[in-house]
Amino acid sequence: MNTLVNYVRSLFLVELFRGMGVTGRYLFRSKFTLEYPEERAPQSPRFRGLHAQRRYPNGEERCIACKLCEATCPALAITIEAAPREDGQRRTTRYDIDLFKCIFCGFCEESCPVDAIVESRIYEYHFENREDAVMTKSKLLELGEKYEEQLAADRAVQAAYR
Amino acid sequence: MEAITNFLVSFPTEFPVLWILVRIVVIVLPLMLAVAYFTYAERKIIGYMQVRLGPNRVGPKGWLQPIADAVKLMFKEIIIPTGVNKFLFVLAPMLALGPALAAWAVLPFDDGMVLTDINAGLLYILALTSVGVYGVIIAGWVSNSKYAFLGAIRSAAQIVSYEIAMGFALVGVLVAAGSLNLSDIVHAQEGGLLHWFWLPLLPLFVIYFISGVAETNRAPFDVAEGESEIVAGFHVEYSGMTFAVFFLAEYANMILISALTALMFLGGWLSPFQGTFMESWFAWVPGIIWFFLKVLIFGFLFLWFRATFPRYRYDQIMRLGWKVFIPITIVWILVVAVAVVYKFPIWFD
Amino acid sequence: MTFEKFLFYFFAAMVIFAGLMLITRRNPVHSALFLVLAFFNAAGLWMLMEAEFLAIALVLVYVGAVMVLFLFVVMMLDINVAEMKPGCFIKYLPVGILIALTMVVEMVMVVGPKHFGLDIYASPVPHAPGYSNTDELGSMLYTTYMYPFEIAAVILLVAIVAAIGLTLRRRPETKYQNPSKQVLVKRDDRLRVVKMPSESKMELK
Repeated sequence: MNTLVNYVRSLFLVELFRGMGVTGRYLFRSKFTLEYPEERAPQSPRFRGLHAQRRYPNGEERCIACKLCEATCPALAITIEAAPREDGQRRTTRYDIDLFKCIFCGFCEESCPVDAIVESRIYEYHFENREDAVMTKSKLLELGEKYEEQLAADRAVQAAYR
Repeated sequence: MEAITNFLVSFPTEFPVLWILVRIVVIVLPLMLAVAYFTYAERKIIGYMQVRLGPNRVGPKGWLQPIADAVKLMFKEIIIPTGVNKFLFVLAPMLALGPALAAWAVLPFDDGMVLTDINAGLLYILALTSVGVYGVIIAGWVSNSKYAFLGAIRSAAQIVSYEIAMGFALVGVLVAAGSLNLSDIVHAQEGGLLHWFWLPLLPLFVIYFISGVAETNRAPFDVAEGESEIVAGFHVEYSGMTFAVFFLAEYANMILISALTALMFLGGWLSPFQGTFMESWFAWVPGIIWFFLKVLIFGFLFLWFRATFPRYRYDQIMRLGWKVFIPITIVWILVVAVAVVYKFPIWFD
Repeated sequence: MTFEKFLFYFFAAMVIFAGLMLITRRNPVHSALFLVLAFFNAAGLWMLMEAEFLAIALVLVYVGAVMVLFLFVVMMLDINVAEMKPGCFIKYLPVGILIALTMVVEMVMVVGPKHFGLDIYASPVPHAPGYSNTDELGSMLYTTYMYPFEIAAVILLVAIVAAIGLTLRRRPETKYQNPSKQVLVKRDDRLRVVKMPSESKMELK
């Protein structure tokens, strides 16, 4: 009896019509698509975008060339060379992040004892030459100065969880 | 002025060959446009069924998308793999498109509105749809590629199997209509919605359309392309315009199958309100509009199927074709034959 | 020369050309494709003789089905094309010519002008465009030639059954899936929920 019922059901394509009913209903659902350049998804303060290097309010750069970020970087994207500055302080002479290697995991930011290297909210960028993909120290500092307000605010929100 | 009208009136008799060419262009150009916008409709409708918007960037609401696609494909390089037979490689897409277009020669759009009103129209169409597989087979074989070859083998076996079910469904139609001429088949369905052949030939109608989906290698029978298994099947090695021609052929075939189903089972250009009190209300609608609406229904079904059903496994396709469709069609041909002989009322009296 | 005559000679020339290519190509797939071309042109010839049903049936059956299956097999055969030297062709040429000559002589004897010449049969009158030889063929087959037709059908059926019977074998070692069984499976067929008392520390001791 059960077999007969199943036989009739498959002969009359019951399951197929039910499937088509589902897709037919979805045809009239409101759509989830985000029309990107006009609409944007909200960003978390933890967003990990392009890197930046921050300075202290007095203008002194934060990075002390401890090389923790270089050590922790799983993609080996960070290259640091350090030397004493004229005033004897230990500073980086070279701080490069290869964005082709970087996987934007945020470990560098987490490992930094002085909150120098951070990941900003910038995610719309492109390179026209291969060498542009390497974030040099000057570029990082420039970005940090430009977006300091946003970076500081995001860090303040997150401070309680770190 | 009079000279122009005289010329236009005498044109068909003065230049019969040119007149045929003009009529071919009048059919093929809108068909190509329809194919272009069918691809747009497909992306849009499947997008909507998957709760997204589909193409909406090129032109208002994305209406220029097919044109952008066509331009892109035209300017792409046609890559011919090393060591292939160039002649066959280029011939294959044309062999796929040719039959899809040639079949329109016998399709009546309205009463008398047909390129050639031949007696063996149904046979002609059956022959042409069976020839269309050569494009796929040759493309798959000549590409010298494993994936393409697998696709060709699959589609050859599949099309030959479903050809039989399709042919039997058409035998049912011709038994019911008593003619191989497509216009006569439509005339045999005169008398309103319930007189159309979809009702007395319901199993054949369903089987014909499903076989049509299989015949055009569309989802859920698209194992010949099988993106997830054999990349793109028979046309992996094709690029640029040669690929575009395969694409055109696939969609032209879909429209053809839709049009044939509309003609043979939904009464072609006949008004659905024939014989009811509403007949006079819709008398002003030309038959060609009814025909196009019916074609649209089936075109939409093609897309709806693709959005709904997962791909059949290969052995299941064969089982469905040989063990389900062919027996059902044979039984129903017998039923129809008996009904015709005993003049079963409302359809065959 | 009328257009019809031109078409006749065109189709005839194409049939002969395709036939020649068919036997001289080294690649079997090319040969099969030339056979398809020959069928098409033969269909054109039949069309000229107002045998449109037969012409379309030729395309439908031979081109659409038989040759597809043929190609299907030929494509999968692993023939080493380089090995098929023209020497083979010449080796069998005498036998081939002998058979061809025999065929020609037989054909001339059977369908030559002595039996089918214009003085015996008048040239056929062209039919009106509305004439359907499908009807004619159908009524002929099912009245005058009823028995031969039915016998042919039965022979074909027997051939199919025999072919299936010869190749059908049950292979117990292969594993089959039964799709309908797979679909109909219920949770209770596969899953058994076992009730067990929970362990306590006392028992563990």
